[in-house]
Amino acid sequence: MMVQAVALKVEQVAIRFGGLVALSNLNFTVGEGEIVSLIGPNGAGKTTAFNVITGFLRPTHGTVSYRGTTLNGLKPHEIADFGLIRTFQRSSVFPNDTVYDNLMIGLHRQGRTGLLEAILGLPRARISERRLHQRAGELLEWIGLHRRAFDPAGSLSYGEQRLVGVALALAAEPSMLLLDEPVSGMNASETQDFVELVRKIRGRGVTILLVEHDMPMVMSVSDRIVVLNYGRIIAEGPPQVIRNDPAVIEAYLGQGAMHA
Amino acid sequence: MRSGITILTVAAFASIPLWLRDPYLMNALITTGIFIIAAMSLNLLLGFTGQLSLGHVAFFGIGAYVSALTSLGFDVPLPGDLRIVHDPWPPIAGFALAVVIAGLCGYFVGRLSFRVRGAYFVIVTISFAEVVRLVALNWVELTQGPLALNNISSIALRLPGFGELVLRTKLQNYYLVLAVAVAAYALISRLVKSHFGRAMRGLMENEALATSVGIDVTRTLTLAAVVSAAIAGAAGSLYAHYIRIIDPEVFAFINTVTMVIMVISGGKGSLAGPVVGGLIFGLMPVFLRPIMTPEAQWIAYGGLLIVILFVLPRGIVPSLMQRFAKRRQEVRAVRSVAFSKSSAEEHA
Amino acid sequence: MSEFLQHLVNMLVLGGTYALLGIGLTLIFGIMNVVNFTHGVLYTFGAYIMFIVVNQLGLNFFLALPVAVVAGWLLGAAVELILLRPLRGSDIDTTMLVMIGAWIAMQSGTLWIWGGVAKSVATPFPDEPLVLGSVSVSWLRLFVLAAAALLILATYFLVNRTKLGCAMRATFQDQDTASLMGVNVDLIYTSTFAIGSSLAAAAGALLGPVYVIFPQMGDLAAVKAFAIVILGGLGNITGAVIGGFILALAEELGAGYVSSGYRDAMGFLIIIAVLIFKPTGLFARSERVG
Repeated sequence: MMVQAVALKVEQVAIRFGGLVALSNLNFTVGEGEIVSLIGPNGAGKTTAFNVITGFLRPTHGTVSYRGTTLNGLKPHEIADFGLIRTFQRSSVFPNDTVYDNLMIGLHRQGRTGLLEAILGLPRARISERRLHQRAGELLEWIGLHRRAFDPAGSLSYGEQRLVGVALALAAEPSMLLLDEPVSGMNASETQDFVELVRKIRGRGVTILLVEHDMPMVMSVSDRIVVLNYGRIIAEGPPQVIRNDPAVIEAYLGQGAMHA
Repeated sequence: MRSGITILTVAAFASIPLWLRDPYLMNALITTGIFIIAAMSLNLLLGFTGQLSLGHVAFFGIGAYVSALTSLGFDVPLPGDLRIVHDPWPPIAGFALAVVIAGLCGYFVGRLSFRVRGAYFVIVTISFAEVVRLVALNWVELTQGPLALNNISSIALRLPGFGELVLRTKLQNYYLVLAVAVAAYALISRLVKSHFGRAMRGLMENEALATSVGIDVTRTLTLAAVVSAAIAGAAGSLYAHYIRIIDPEVFAFINTVTMVIMVISGGKGSLAGPVVGGLIFGLMPVFLRPIMTPEAQWIAYGGLLIVILFVLPRGIVPSLMQRFAKRRQEVRAVRSVAFSKSSAEEHA
Repeated sequence: MSEFLQHLVNMLVLGGTYALLGIGLTLIFGIMNVVNFTHGVLYTFGAYIMFIVVNQLGLNFFLALPVAVVAGWLLGAAVELILLRPLRGSDIDTTMLVMIGAWIAMQSGTLWIWGGVAKSVATPFPDEPLVLGSVSVSWLRLFVLAAAALLILATYFLVNRTKLGCAMRATFQDQDTASLMGVNVDLIYTSTFAIGSSLAAAAGALLGPVYVIFPQMGDLAAVKAFAIVILGGLGNITGAVIGGFILALAEELGAGYVSSGYRDAMGFLIIIAVLIFKPTGLFARSERVG
């Protein structure tokens, strides 16, 4: 087996809110180009882990590092500058803007020009803007939303908004993408399309970490699965192993038996 | 289409002095124009960045005082037997300095205030303005306090080859204000349509999402604050050199409220909103003066603000544009129905 | 030293009324999340009620105070019902601006009706102050302190020992759960606004006779109320009481030892300092992040 380069490293991360221990002794890595899924029953701490990794929460203990750089204490936009981009489960878009404009905002990292240049309309700024517009159009086509390009993002269906959220994240040119419950609100065929999309994204060299509840989807798309319960990791491994792990099955008992 | 309307409007405004002779109305137009510039700058923060800064009059007043003091000169004792003496500079330098210093204040207020959000931010900005007012009132050695700074000179433009043109008449001041207003409008328009404008908009709509794609909240908000404050300072400078006498009342909260009413009624987040709202509320006193006392007018303004917020919460300009957009959609829909009906009849 | 004691005494009197102002606003701001710009107007209103009842109607000074409280309560309820309830659910900017509109209209109305000339309220107390050692305090001020203390205690009782108060506290913590438990949230909001407004009116009714009455007197009072609320933490009544006294102390010491012109700046400076360095107030427990 080839040894992969490590992209994201989560070491001994813990976080408590007053008396509540939301995460404890979290240890896992994500290799470059891997697709790893974080699963677990409701309240297991998945979104909390996401928030810690992307800088929206500060851990009480432990370190998060990406490609060797420690991310602790960095603000979310600084973490984004390292190529770590996340999506949101709720409020995943800029609702009052068109889908096209949503992508234009997502392209922020690509469009950095000086303020004066932008205001005076100097050539460098104009070229940059043209490039951004081109990129937005390309992304729209690639992700299949061109028909809805000029509709306000807030008017799209829940599932379509998830898709816009992913497109937004892609616009930011991530080297690692963190997807927070990306298929919630999607029907079976939309979910299938999304699995294809995830594979396409990985094919372009993007490492992916996702949080999900949809078991069939997780089983079919992941290289590895990390299972959380009560803030701790209870199992880790490829889908076949996780499927049959007794600890995992027990964690989900009462939430409905696991089937895939 | 849009820029056509803009050019026509500017031309219309430029032509007004050619047929309007009433000096009282001209004066109203000039002061309204100055307030519109200030309102546009407030709109940048309020409408395009989503921050309700209710201390905006502080930047206006700081601009006015800086410009006035620069052109009047001052001699101020400091603790420890020190004095600051400044000889009068030409008013145009006062204008430049007003813009710079107001912008600088915008930077500091921005960095401090944006640590908090929402209602707390509103309160901090109000407090800042009141502290500035109290300083202007009490630091008498510098500002003359309530006795006011007077005899401020008018702005003079020195054109190489043409000599010096002192802008004393109403006509000249009108065009000066119009020129600055157009420049401010253009600046804000370009800013809003640029890369930075998109960042501001993203922050306003969904701050968490915006930061996750790399938008630096503090930097963006501070930038908006600096530009906004600088433009307000410019308006203040124009005010000082036109009215030629300023006192701490320029910092009164009621002036912020006036600007806010102009922006909200016209439509925050639209470029033309403050202009429309400004014209309405700036010129209303002129028409109401013969029939209402000032107190009654203010009751009317308060009432009008409430009515507008209930009936046209997005403001006049956006509501009108929505109306037109709907009309266009309806026309298109009717046309397409008519078309399909007639082609169905053809095939029947 | 006696000068310091004098300041201390003044501080107690002032602090009590400031506490009333602060409690009223912290209830409104805390439970309803409304930036109540009409709070200052209610303060002015309470003072003018005293003027009307005592000077113009010639009634008993001590009866005038309950009249002012009730009148404040009614006006507050009216404002909430007419302006705030229809806007329930709008964004905070719209609500704030509506409050500003109401403030302008009401204050201008006051100016229109009574004119800008300051008025003073006739009081039944002897002119000779009470002298205790090196400190003197007027009877009026003593009455103000006593009345304020009484009203503060009454508010504590209302919030902590009555069913209404329990419902208010529940709504403050979690509006949705409270309504699921059967609390009529609309009624609570109107009551809260009315109670908060009546406390502002009470503060105005008490301080009006001490100084003079004029239409803009509420503006400064409003700012001070916000300073107290921010100091003490949103929705924290005890914090508001302590904050009221801290503000009074800062003002007294500032006026006495720095410069009386900047006395009123104390409130603003406190606001700015607290919001920059400890936005949750001096007394709030550290909050859950995220």
